[in-house]
Amino acid sequence: MAQAAVQVDPQGDALLSVQNIEVIYDHVILVLKGVSLSVPERGVVALLGANGAGKTTTLKAISNLLRAERGEVTKGSIHFGGKRIDRQTPHELVQQGVIQVMEGRHCFEHLTVEENLLTGAYTRRDGHKAVMQDLEMVYRYFPRLKERRGSQAGYTSGGEQQMCAIGRALMSRPRMILLDEPSMGLAPQLVASIFETMKRLNEDEGVTFLLAEQNTTVALKYASYGYILESGRVVMDGAADVLSANEDVKEFYLGLSGSGRKSYRDVKHYKRRKRWLA
Amino acid sequence: MNLKHLAIGVVCSLGSIPVVGLLLQQLAEAAPNDIFFGWDFYIEVVVTGLLQGVMYALVALGFVLIFKASAIFNFAQGAMVLFAALAMVGFIEMGLHWTLAFLLAAVVMIIVAILIERVVLRPMVNQEPIILFMATIGIFFVLDGLGQTIWGSNVKALDIGISQTPWFVLQGEFFPGGLRLIPTEVVAAVVGALTVTLLAVLFQYTKVGRALRAVADDHQAALSVGIPLKFIWAIVWSVAGIVGLVAGVMWGTSLGVQFSLSLIALKALPVLILGGFTSIPGAIVGGLIVGVGEQVGEVFIGPLFGGAIQDWFAYMLAMIFLLFRPQGLFGERIIERV
Ligand SMILES: Nc1ncnc2c1ncn2[C@@H]1O[C@H](COP(=O)(O)OP(=O)(O)O)[C@@H](O)[C@H]1O
Ligand SMILES: [Mg+2]
Repeated sequence: MAQAAVQVDPQGDALLSVQNIEVIYDHVILVLKGVSLSVPERGVVALLGANGAGKTTTLKAISNLLRAERGEVTKGSIHFGGKRIDRQTPHELVQQGVIQVMEGRHCFEHLTVEENLLTGAYTRRDGHKAVMQDLEMVYRYFPRLKERRGSQAGYTSGGEQQMCAIGRALMSRPRMILLDEPSMGLAPQLVASIFETMKRLNEDEGVTFLLAEQNTTVALKYASYGYILESGRVVMDGAADVLSANEDVKEFYLGLSGSGRKSYRDVKHYKRRKRWLA
Repeated sequence: MNLKHLAIGVVCSLGSIPVVGLLLQQLAEAAPNDIFFGWDFYIEVVVTGLLQGVMYALVALGFVLIFKASAIFNFAQGAMVLFAALAMVGFIEMGLHWTLAFLLAAVVMIIVAILIERVVLRPMVNQEPIILFMATIGIFFVLDGLGQTIWGSNVKALDIGISQTPWFVLQGEFFPGGLRLIPTEVVAAVVGALTVTLLAVLFQYTKVGRALRAVADDHQAALSVGIPLKFIWAIVWSVAGIVGLVAGVMWGTSLGVQFSLSLIALKALPVLILGGFTSIPGAIVGGLIVGVGEQVGEVFIGPLFGGAIQDWFAYMLAMIFLLFRPQGLFGERIIERV
């Protein structure tokens, strides 16, 4: 009997569930070839894979920023909180609590840090006071932003911009943040601090995270579950500690292996083999 | 909008006025038969130029707003000016007071903006800039034809109760006969300045204004935080339409409402090249420079060329700018010019 229940809805308790989606850009470029994943409420799930594997495309399919890039989900479905969301606009999605922090931060350069944060509250209808309370909450998590609140975002450092982009997303009162490559271009110390904050936001504010990262080591340290993408397919998934212990993952994504670092050619070869296998 | 840049621009432009005056004085001494120079006369010409310049700035502002928010070079801006002015004259001819006619014309421009967003921009979202530019050429002809079909193509007078007889102010030692001002031009300048100030305040301090600037900065990021681009575009085109209406009324009262209003856009082009396509202060300062440059050039240098340099002076200025500072005075980056 228990088994039957599982079969009816294998991801019944998932906040986000992506089922077998296919994404095509410009009507011809097939980029995602059947990706499925699920993220539990209050979870931190990592989406791993090399450059060009399709991580960003997956996140954009969920937040529906795809349409603005002439991309389209042509197969499969996406559910959030039990509701189908793949036909909704980003505006509606943000209102329902799904927001993306884009790769490369994308702060509004000519707006001040504080103005950037306030744009995150654009979709809210719960009044000035509530917004101001959340602004203080963001400043508690990122004290550095409070110091720089009056600076134009374009003149702040990469780390500050990453904080600003995350803070801006928080201002929408999200249930779930789709965080794309937060570690990109940042010094290791800063990366650790950003991920620590993410963890606190997850634990204290109950925000769910789906995290796309090339930095597998850090991502698996903070996530509880991971999916590995290659050429638009999920080639492996599992609990973070299981993935970290996996020989293939160690070899090709963590750069640890008995026989030393693999050359780029070997990686290519591995990818090719995987593609044939998949 | 960057007030510091605006201040620097205004100070530099004002500073260049006496310098140009001195040069012209030298020139007049060198060629006494062709050129007459007197400081009081010079100031009068400069003031006339400044007043004209405010109107150029208004037209250019419409371009900049749309270009910033949607990266579209709106060829139809001039047609919007004409259409708005025609609508207003139409309402006045129906017997309405001009203030009411103005408000109704503003409503018409908002409807036009929403239609443009629905019918033209929405289906073409994500197309190449050149395609969107072509679409605005289409809008130009539709508005132009529609305007003339509804309201006819003859020249119409637009009277909003401003007298046409010149004022003479500051009578005294420096201006023996007084400084001669045309009331319509003064009113236009004041209204233009108020419009620009109002826009600046709306942009700076309101939620929608902030969203507009966000879209102008990075429309993908704006989309990602849930700012609906379509709504913002409708707003921007409405604002551009209303700014066009203000410009149309001001030009219309002095020149009459006629087809040539839609060609004012051609004057805005050098203004934009001077000021930079993405800069509101640039549109203002550029407009003032072109206005003053044109007048001063026409009156003092024109005789050397046998007159009528007003028509090409602005373009020459723009060409010099293209050679030395293609992004314009305040432009943020070099854009594809079409
Ligand atoms: N707008 C687009 N149009 C066409 N192809 C795209 C577009 N965006 C991404 N791609 C292609 O999709 C593939 C996956 O890209 P992406 O999702 O950005 O990968 P990742 O984030 O894992 O680096 C790449 O091969 C890329 O070239
Ligand atoms: Mg990516």
